[in-house]
Amino acid sequence: MTTPSNVVSESQAGTQAAAVPAVFAGARLFLWSIRRELWEYRIVYLTPLIAAVIFLFSFLIHILNLRRHIHSVAWTHETFAVPYELSGALIMGTALVVGLYYSLDCLYGERRDRSILFWKSLPVSDLTAVLSKLTIPLVFIPLFSFAVTIVTQFLMLTLSSLVLLGSGVSTSELWVHSSFLMFSLILLYHMLLVHGLWYAPIYGWMLLMSAWSPRAPVVWAILPPFIICGVEKLSLNTTYFLHFIAQRFMGPDSQPSMSASMSANQHHHFASQLIPHHFFTEPGLWFGLVVAAIFVAATVRLRRYRGPI
Amino acid sequence: MACIEARALRKTYGATVALDGINLRVEEGRILGLIGPNGAGKTTALNAILGLTPYQGELRVLGRDPWAERDQLMRDVCFIADVAVLPRWIRVADALEYVAGVHPRFDRTKAEMFLARTTIRLTNKVKELSKGMVTQLHLALVMAIDARLLVLDEPTLGLDLLYRKQFYDSLLTDYFDRNRTIVVTTHQVEEIEHVLTDLVFMDRGRIVLKATMEEIETRYVELAVRPERVAAARALKPIDERQVLGGNVLLFDHVDRQQLAALGDVRTPSIADLFVAVVGNNAGQAQGAVQ
Repeated sequence: MTTPSNVVSESQAGTQAAAVPAVFAGARLFLWSIRRELWEYRIVYLTPLIAAVIFLFSFLIHILNLRRHIHSVAWTHETFAVPYELSGALIMGTALVVGLYYSLDCLYGERRDRSILFWKSLPVSDLTAVLSKLTIPLVFIPLFSFAVTIVTQFLMLTLSSLVLLGSGVSTSELWVHSSFLMFSLILLYHMLLVHGLWYAPIYGWMLLMSAWSPRAPVVWAILPPFIICGVEKLSLNTTYFLHFIAQRFMGPDSQPSMSASMSANQHHHFASQLIPHHFFTEPGLWFGLVVAAIFVAATVRLRRYRGPI
Repeated sequence: MACIEARALRKTYGATVALDGINLRVEEGRILGLIGPNGAGKTTALNAILGLTPYQGELRVLGRDPWAERDQLMRDVCFIADVAVLPRWIRVADALEYVAGVHPRFDRTKAEMFLARTTIRLTNKVKELSKGMVTQLHLALVMAIDARLLVLDEPTLGLDLLYRKQFYDSLLTDYFDRNRTIVVTTHQVEEIEHVLTDLVFMDRGRIVLKATMEEIETRYVELAVRPERVAAARALKPIDERQVLGGNVLLFDHVDRQQLAALGDVRTPSIADLFVAVVGNNAGQAQGAVQ
């Protein structure tokens, strides 16, 4: 006999069973949307790779040069460390530029080539589409650049070891000095928190302008902040907004300023800062995330109204 | 349940009225031709049906509100827009893979079967294909989706004669069955007239004629008369008249076929001639009213 309570539990089980595939279906649409983005914007992963290859090539020349003067060069910590810092900075800088380019182009590009009509003819919501586009600069590019940097630095170490082998310089010294593991941790922290979370409002603004601009999104992205800075300077003779923007790009005050040319002691000091406690109590972070959420919500809404240009 | 049901559907762009209170009901299993001059509001109507534009009034497509539920509606609705909208950078194989990934009703083997009949290769990028081939690809993708409503907005625009004929042939033989509904707009009326079951003429945001093809056949008669009988024919109040070699052709609405047969040769008018008579004359009257 079916009692009312049985009926309720059965129907609940039914909704739960339906809810689980719905979540899977949502995740599936999201993952396919990300895959699609990477097909379209191969620049997103090719550029860091190309930067890494170019860097490795110049590093090889550097190390071969070094070997020729091996006995006249005074070996200092910097001799080893500087190229590693440079490699990190180069790949990170590339990631930032590519991320900015991507977020400015993605929603504008689909309107320009009219393919938005094709994407909208498929059962993918505007929310899924915009979130997948946001994931590229916020998650994919930082993680991918991190991986590229780590592999690059590992190859650099291996290259220097091979070149210096038999030249009388101890290679174990090299591996210790470069503090490979510590550097990796700090870099991962930097990529995920600063590039992922701290920059979120910047990418959100770019996406919004990409969805909104009737043409030339780069102009629309730069012009409003520029005008605000100008008006503020003229009317109040202050530069708060300019500093505000600059600070957003510089990263939060509490981030461990990373330098591989620090002593092991200093490394330990900075390692303690890796606990993201300071970062997550920073009001600037939360303010930025709220602003980013508003930009993204506006972008989702705009995409719904947008058709080909 | 009707496939499309619109009541007092209205859409304005600033001062321009694109849709001026349209009432339309399309049952499932019909092939509806939406015919009208440029700027009649056909594309706006289709965009509203597809959830691409907001509107005033009431509109249900397969029981859903298109503007609020576009993504869910697109599981049952497919569309091909007026020009090739497939992204130029995508590879044919990737396009198949992506649609298979996001569309629960896409049958990949079917799409590959359709493509095998063309010269398109899976390794091609869309930008390497000709315009006709891109349309073939889009049609292959769409026909492999088990949808209930297919919307075609000028699907054969800019294609050569062979591609155009092939397009409608494959649509009819491989895709259409009595459960699916197709709504199509085109300027090449003569190509689709044997395909349609229903006809809607639009002009300046309004529907000026709405009928099934059977109704058209019983209601409208075209009469070819020799000059000496023109006066008698004109007395029966034709809605349109044109000169042809060796006589006049008059178009009648709601006039007895037998009566007309006595005056000359009668036949059912082509959609193009009917369109000129109904929409062309309306336009003339409206202009006259303004003057």
